Amino acid sequence: MELLSGADMLIRSLQDEGIEHVYGYPGGAALHIYDALFRQDKVKHILVRHEQAAVHMADGYARATGKPGTVLVTSGPGATNTITGIATAFMDSIPMVVLCGQVASTLIGEDAFQETDMIGVSRPVVKHNLSVRHPEEIPEIIRKAYYIASTGRPGPVVVDIPKDMTAPNERFEYSYPKKVKLRSYNPAVRGHAGQIKKAVDMLMAAKRPVIYAGGGVILGKASDQLTELTRKLGFPITNTLMGIGCYPATDKQHLGWLGMHGTYEANMAMHHSDLILCVGARFDDRVTNATEKFCPGARIIHIDIDPASISKTIDVDVPIVGPVDAVLKEMLSLVKESKEKPEADALAAWWKQIDEWRAFHGMRYETSPDVIKPQEVVEMLWKLTNGDAFVTTDVGQHQMFTAQYYKFDKPNRWINSGGLGTMGFGLPAAMGIKLTHPDDEVLCFTGEGSIQMNIQELSTCKQYDLPVKIINLNNQALGMVKQWQDMNYESRHSQSYMESLPDFIKLAEAYGHVGVRIDRKEDLEPKLKEVLAMKDKLVFVDIYVDRFEHVYPMQVARGSMKDMWLSKTERV
Amino acid sequence: MRRIISVLLENEPGALSRVVGLFSQRNYNIETLTVAPTEDPTLSRLTVTTSGSDKVIEQITKQLNKLIEVVKLVDLTEGAHIEREMMLVKLKATGSQRAEIKRTVDIFRGQIVDVTSSVYTVQLAGDSSKLDGFIQAVGTSGILEVVRTGVSGIARGEKVLSL
Repeated sequence: MELLSGADMLIRSLQDEGIEHVYGYPGGAALHIYDALFRQDKVKHILVRHEQAAVHMADGYARATGKPGTVLVTSGPGATNTITGIATAFMDSIPMVVLCGQVASTLIGEDAFQETDMIGVSRPVVKHNLSVRHPEEIPEIIRKAYYIASTGRPGPVVVDIPKDMTAPNERFEYSYPKKVKLRSYNPAVRGHAGQIKKAVDMLMAAKRPVIYAGGGVILGKASDQLTELTRKLGFPITNTLMGIGCYPATDKQHLGWLGMHGTYEANMAMHHSDLILCVGARFDDRVTNATEKFCPGARIIHIDIDPASISKTIDVDVPIVGPVDAVLKEMLSLVKESKEKPEADALAAWWKQIDEWRAFHGMRYETSPDVIKPQEVVEMLWKLTNGDAFVTTDVGQHQMFTAQYYKFDKPNRWINSGGLGTMGFGLPAAMGIKLTHPDDEVLCFTGEGSIQMNIQELSTCKQYDLPVKIINLNNQALGMVKQWQDMNYESRHSQSYMESLPDFIKLAEAYGHVGVRIDRKEDLEPKLKEVLAMKDKLVFVDIYVDRFEHVYPMQVARGSMKDMWLSKTERV
Repeated sequence: MRRIISVLLENEPGALSRVVGLFSQRNYNIETLTVAPTEDPTLSRLTVTTSGSDKVIEQITKQLNKLIEVVKLVDLTEGAHIEREMMLVKLKATGSQRAEIKRTVDIFRGQIVDVTSSVYTVQLAGDSSKLDGFIQAVGTSGILEVVRTGVSGIARGEKVLSL
């Protein structure tokens, strides 16, 4: 058996785990590990400019590929800088392993230089965290970390590694465990057959059914099963912001996404339904609006891998705990075998009603002869990229416009911070995707507020040649904050206005990239085409859009799902 | 409603703080908490008393179960069970008080485990309401110090919480 130091065992474990990229930033407590990285070339390290960005890069990679991302940072500030990124991944159940240096075990608790209790600090925002206490445990701990991160309901796992655990002069026998067994962690592998049968009977008897799918379908790689089941049943389907792409958005059975800024028809269909089939979603407050007014006539079936998601905010009638792909597959075969069919007349009447709702609003917005609307920028880029780009966003109005007007037909292409709502997520997430998808178009829709939260990564993009396209929907204000202030605070724009914006064109150029400004409507299409033609260049596209635009529909606060503002003046 | 949740936990550093952290993160309430290793030194047994609606209690048990280090748990209050808490009380005991306290201790089936010329230290075990009853009986004016262990519990009959 080979004898390796703790640091070499760590890197070898990553190799054996099949990890290709590690995103990180070196520092004192991680130097043994960085030296081990230097002496091999299988695992590639991407040096970011701020640790938060390393986590978002790993996150973007994980969301696009379904595989866990890996981060390596030092102790203290290196570790604490990852917290926002870890919390982002935690809220959206993204698999990830964050390796943190720590001061030597002999110094822990003495307030040593760059010491932070990372196990304690990260505890509320991780699926689990592990601390290395003996160097020989490293291979097992790494195996466990990836296993926990990527199975069941996925999530981030932090591994805290005191410096003396990786010391180069002590060597240990290395072998990477093939299997990991944890007596206290056994995620469900299939759903309860009786519950699935009961659910299928309810589906067959429904008169106004709707399928409500979430990010769990994408994480559980169950888009194909969901699509097949939905088409087989002929039911309308809506999905959450996190579920975008789990069912083709351009399909006629798709109602768009639901919730606070969801479509009129999706929210109306939910409210008036008699049966909701919830697949891998969690009845989040941005979906349900006031829980006591939620879908009064609906019985609910809920499929989820996490038992704690069931009846957490909304009581459900038929819970099914299990992996969504396995459960949907079983449902599908029962539906196929079933002699009963959903009642055709009832379903036809339901579709007629839904089509009326669709025609009533249908995601309209007012265009203007000279001002560029943010919605039309998104629509144009959707067309110019054939709806096939990887799209990341930051957080705010631009995020909602992008989700509304870029139609995703495939999963894993819509990448956004849905749960935590982290500004600064978009650019590093796009970088993580571009690195492993060099031939795909990767767009980062952002705003002049969000982009400045991780703009230093333009430097990383130069170093690793990551030609993402940054689409800055510049409305010279923190648009979503301003929208809420317009609607709820009599337009008192407290701190929502950004004075002294930088010249983004010069800034992009200073980092060695291309900057393009678009402020005239007639320039929009030709210039965007030019931008997309610059395949091997990072282009920062600074687009001056309507400063007064609001995102609609918008649910009325504390109302039911059907209570919405459809424009600045129409409320239903 | 008051509940007693009994948890088998991996006996590892940090496991307890995860349980305690969960309660504060999710705005649940801990009334008492006891924890000690079991006959299997790799496992700790933890008993927590809490209160909340059925919905909250369901979430507490599910969220606890999600913690990687929680091996098994049971809500003891769902079935017949025995609960015990131990208390040590230091009481002012001078003159005629001494006989009166001794009598009360006997009624509650406690023991005086330490004596000075002016102080009795009383040990008492039972369910929490019995301990409350004793404190009420002797009156708070005479109490110098109270220390309670918190509740431990076990199911009645053949039901066991084990691996």
